[in-house]
Amino acid sequence: MHIKPILAALRRHKAGTVLIALQIALTLAIVCNALFIIHQRLAHLSEPTGVDEANLFVIENQWAGQTSNPQIDAQIRADLVALRQLPGVRDASPSNAYPLEGSGWDDFITLTPDQTEKTTDAAVYLGDEHLIDTLGLQLVAGRNFRADEVNSVGLHQYSVSPVVIVTRALAERLYPDGSALGKPLYAMTSTPSTIIGVVDRLQRQGIDAWSDSYAYQSMLWPQRLDMPRGIIYIVRAKPGQLAAAMREAPAALYTQNRMRIIDPKNGVLSFAQVRERAYDSDRGMAILMGIISVVLLAITAAGIVGLTSFWVGQRRRQIGIRRALGATRNDILNYFLTENLLIGAMGVLIGAVLALVINLWMIAHVEMSRLPLAYVLAGVVMLLLLGQGAVLAPALRASHVSPVEATRSV
Amino acid sequence: MFGYYLELGLRSLRRNPALTALMVMAIGFGVAASMITWSVFRAVSGNPIPDKSAQLFTPQVDSWGPQQNLKGEPPEALNYVDAMALMRTHEAKRQTLLYPVQLSVLPGGDRSLPIAANGYAVYGDFFPMFEVPFLYGSGWNTADDQGREAVVVLSAEFNQKLFDGANSVGREVTLEGHDYRVVGVTGHWNPRPRFFALFGGSGPFSDPTDFYLPFTRALDLQIDTAGNNSCRGSLTFTNRNDWLQSNCVWVSPWVELDSAAEVARYRSFLEAYAADQQRAGRFAWAPNVRLRDVMQWLDYEHVVPSESSIALLVSLGFFAICLVNTIGLLLAKFLRRANEIGVRRALGASRREIYTQYLIEAATVGLAGGVLGLLFTALGVSGVGLLFPPEIARLAHLDLSLVGLTLVVAILATVAAAFYPAWRAAKVQPAWQLKSN
Repeated sequence: MHIKPILAALRRHKAGTVLIALQIALTLAIVCNALFIIHQRLAHLSEPTGVDEANLFVIENQWAGQTSNPQIDAQIRADLVALRQLPGVRDASPSNAYPLEGSGWDDFITLTPDQTEKTTDAAVYLGDEHLIDTLGLQLVAGRNFRADEVNSVGLHQYSVSPVVIVTRALAERLYPDGSALGKPLYAMTSTPSTIIGVVDRLQRQGIDAWSDSYAYQSMLWPQRLDMPRGIIYIVRAKPGQLAAAMREAPAALYTQNRMRIIDPKNGVLSFAQVRERAYDSDRGMAILMGIISVVLLAITAAGIVGLTSFWVGQRRRQIGIRRALGATRNDILNYFLTENLLIGAMGVLIGAVLALVINLWMIAHVEMSRLPLAYVLAGVVMLLLLGQGAVLAPALRASHVSPVEATRSV
Repeated sequence: MFGYYLELGLRSLRRNPALTALMVMAIGFGVAASMITWSVFRAVSGNPIPDKSAQLFTPQVDSWGPQQNLKGEPPEALNYVDAMALMRTHEAKRQTLLYPVQLSVLPGGDRSLPIAANGYAVYGDFFPMFEVPFLYGSGWNTADDQGREAVVVLSAEFNQKLFDGANSVGREVTLEGHDYRVVGVTGHWNPRPRFFALFGGSGPFSDPTDFYLPFTRALDLQIDTAGNNSCRGSLTFTNRNDWLQSNCVWVSPWVELDSAAEVARYRSFLEAYAADQQRAGRFAWAPNVRLRDVMQWLDYEHVVPSESSIALLVSLGFFAICLVNTIGLLLAKFLRRANEIGVRRALGASRREIYTQYLIEAATVGLAGGVLGLLFTALGVSGVGLLFPPEIARLAHLDLSLVGLTLVVAILATVAAAFYPAWRAAKVQPAWQLKSN
């Protein structure tokens, strides 16, 4: 195939050529970034939490009228007895938070008491000796809390427990040589807490971009939080009995004592609902980018078909002459395919640069990470194939132009 | 002539149905995607208090120091000590401190279970500063603040719940076991984003709040914040008093400053305050203060979700591509009729007339695209819950201005896209076209 005559012909159709190339360039730039966003969001929302999600639910319980710490603590213990006795419930624990809650309590962690710069940041989960079984965490080293280690703390009473259980991610960040068990950590205090156990995995409460570098760094304190505002109960249902347990639990709590508030709409949430809420913007973003990418590719393809059809219509006579002079159908087909490939190559070249520019702009202005070149390459291949596919129909029609056309004057 | 060109345009739309459909679809999709994401973006990025946003400022004082602060920026709220110091000096005409609270309302009337109520502990200046409208009564005054009075202002929504919307001024309300006298009921007031309370509590796009009670009273009753509490360094507090004296920040301060001179004066006051603290040994660092107005504060706090900005940008890019597509297709459509143009030119039509005719034809395409776009926009706005979290999705709605904008943008964009193709059509040489016939 000779490229020179094609280039000469394109020079006579500057506007159309530039428009198709521009469209391919812009489409590539946007689709690359959209696919990258989709990939990022899907990766984010499929991250595991480490808890027994299928059987877990949480109750946000607010107190009404109970104000003194001993009163609240007694109520919490009575509530837990009631919850654990329910036929559909495997275990329950009081807590301050649950994974994917949105925002929560986190502490700066240091390795020495007088360190000013933090070593890392850990999400804090309070609970009693049932917390690990309730969440369904896997203890990979050390031991669980003992009942006598659990104490109650009130509001504005910052007292750390002498023992702490950490996630593997936190253990490895603090003691990369794997020797965390039995070692101390300092959580914004000069009193050490000894790591007595390591659990496999427990996601943080917040999954915002800022906490990405602290992902899965969580720790468990053996404490019941007696806050006047309220408490969270985490409940693990027996397999297959989640729905029943979710009905029984608030009823049992109200039977225990009516002076509490469990929001009828959001007070009791299954973990599936928690997950859906936590990731709804990620899911929405992936859907939107998906729709836009598909429609965009369809419109670009249709645009190429439209403009190439016009060119074919315009050049029927020239095609007829070439055919009369001995060009085969394949020659004509190849001509249009090659022409499209040239325009496409021009477009993807500009588009690749544009894609990276858009990505850099997004890094500077909205939360975004660097676009891997693989996405640009995949986008280039995709758009070149799309162009070839789109041009096929008009090119085939061109190849069917009869040599007789050469003799027609219009 | 306009009517005739319009008729020609409509007739031409029917001539190449496939090409026309493609253009109309492209414009429809492009404009709809832009309008749907715009409806969300305008809702989250709007100015919540347009007439006063430049007079309301939130002072920030770095009480954490260069090693503990937010990469050089002071904390996003004040600790108790600094908050009270700013309040006492009363450097601004109007000023308030505030924090979110959540209290229970015990059973009563036909309710057998307690309910939760969300509110804010504020100073009396809060109401005139933020232009809170009142249905009944009013806010409280400085004397009530100083007297640490047990008064409360209810929102219209909460007054509806408790008193069926009746004038409740003078009646008693019991919150968390303590009695308050109602002094005012606000009208419906829910600025979004809720710029004044971004430090935790209910989100920036939540439902209207329930009540406001005096900050001084809330302190006396030791009501804890329902918002964020952020601390640095080694924490030693074991009771409420220690905590109040700690570096934990939880109070949002706001001041009203009416002129550039007042702003400058307040800024130097903040600097001087921080310098005093440094001299007194409380701060071991040079003054580091900020004084941001409403829009600067919303921007700094990244209140607009990045999803909303990305969605809008990608949609605008999508629309741009649809327009490039339209330019190409219009070019094909117009030049296909080069013969017809040649004949018209030969019969005396001027270039300007050809140009006008083809722009009007493009406008008809734009109008059709706009109508289709409107249909897609209406569908999209109702299905926007699929794309954005519920508290943001419900802010997007199709109103008259969005309908108008959709049509105008579709027509203007298409006409703009037709400038070049119409110019090419007008440049057709009559002689060349006639010769080949």
